[in-house]
Amino acid sequence: MAETGRLIAPATQPLVRPVTLVRVAIVVGILATWEAVAASGLLFRDVVPSLAVIGRAIVELLADPATYFNLGVTAGEIGLAMLIGGLAGLGVGILLGGNRLLSRAFESYLYYLGPTPKIIFFPIMIMWFGVGPGSKIAMGVLSCFFPVALSAAAGMRTIDNVLIRVGRSFRAGTWQMITKIYLPAMRLPVINGVRLGLGVAIIGTLLAETKLSNKGIGFLIINAYSTFNMPRMYALLILLFVLSIGVNALVGRLGGAGTIKR
Amino acid sequence: MTARTFDRLLPSILGLGTLVVLVLLVELLIRVNLVNRFIVPMPSQIAGAFERVIVEEDIPHRFLVTMREALWATALLAVFGIGIGVLLYRVQLLRDATETWVAAMASAPTVLMYPLFLVIFGRSEKTIIMMGFVAGLPAVILKTIEGLAGTRRVLINVGRSLKLTEMQLFGKILFPAALPTIFVCLSLGMIFALIVIVGVEFLINVGGLGQLINDLAERYDLPGTYAAICFVILVSVVFFFLTDRVEKWLRPAA
Repeated sequence: MAETGRLIAPATQPLVRPVTLVRVAIVVGILATWEAVAASGLLFRDVVPSLAVIGRAIVELLADPATYFNLGVTAGEIGLAMLIGGLAGLGVGILLGGNRLLSRAFESYLYYLGPTPKIIFFPIMIMWFGVGPGSKIAMGVLSCFFPVALSAAAGMRTIDNVLIRVGRSFRAGTWQMITKIYLPAMRLPVINGVRLGLGVAIIGTLLAETKLSNKGIGFLIINAYSTFNMPRMYALLILLFVLSIGVNALVGRLGGAGTIKR
Repeated sequence: MTARTFDRLLPSILGLGTLVVLVLLVELLIRVNLVNRFIVPMPSQIAGAFERVIVEEDIPHRFLVTMREALWATALLAVFGIGIGVLLYRVQLLRDATETWVAAMASAPTVLMYPLFLVIFGRSEKTIIMMGFVAGLPAVILKTIEGLAGTRRVLINVGRSLKLTEMQLFGKILFPAALPTIFVCLSLGMIFALIVIVGVEFLINVGGLGQLINDLAERYDLPGTYAAICFVILVSVVFFFLTDRVEKWLRPAA
């Protein structure tokens, strides 16, 4: 039998996806509105500077070596806070998640204390750790401890009992159980906890820097406010948002949060 | 006391008992000068400062100021947060284009924009309310979409079989079905707003409870500062406990 040709036209992909078009339209709309407001003089001059001025401020900010010094100070404070608060949270979480009595006795305290505004503890942290980086690190520690601890405790409870029994049948010690069984099995909730913890540690540390500091990105932001240098403040906020969202996404990607199959 | 009752009460006894022991230990360490009393006041001094702070610093008024700010922020969240959430649910293309942006905004440290808001709205309650609103907005938008998208298919099919118009379907089926989730998301938004409101009050020294802590700390009234912080913690815990209860009460219906 002779072969018949197919009359179905090949599906053509649109050159630009409608979603992309909408996104571009929204961005262009926002930028155009911004520029129109900046040019209209409706708001105080400099409160809404033109995009060109903000762009120049970003370039100046990135070209200034002081930016990298202050960024390094803030990154160091946040890194240390994550290390201390994250490890403490992980330890407490494993302890609470692995023991029903301790969990019922103490976890509700963590649960209800977790969402309290941590910045109110800053006066205490200044008294305890001074006005230098110590108090900012302490704020970061306090902020990130709760989400990591609660996520680790919840993660411990989701570990398959079979895995724990296998570990015990191999006579694994406590440290081996933690490193070989618990941590790999609860990687997803721990990564989520670390992401949440990182977000609040950034906020806690930077807010403390805006309140009382002479270095760090928070200090630069409040300094720009004090000198009414609005383009610089916008530039700093844009830099901060890009870095925060980027680091958060990076932590998720490094942990493979999106690829774990359960 | 039966063994079963003891087993039930043991966690609470252990939790509260540990707290009491820790407080007594701190009191003892300060009394024997192992901890500097000019850095950490004695718990008995803090307890004694409670009455003074409540009466002299007019805590009820400050509490009402903070609550008023939180309620204004929540009202804005209800109008704009739920409104935008409904819009994104109904216009799929817009939702596909912007949902990831809203999620990214939720993880951005928006509270650090407070100096910018200070410039725009001045050093007033408006700045605090707007900061609370901005902090809660992404969560309310995302939860509204989630609530509307979670409506059971059978309910929508019933609506369609009754030939309801799109508006009727939304008003009679989708919105009532999503109401428990939307209420939960509003309380979540209020929690976000309240956290930021107290924080910004503290940072810009305006408003209610947050300002009180800043005031007392600047006066170096240590027992008063600790008492005020304890009071704010207490308020937060009671608030979160109540919203948690309401959420658990509403969730089975969702």
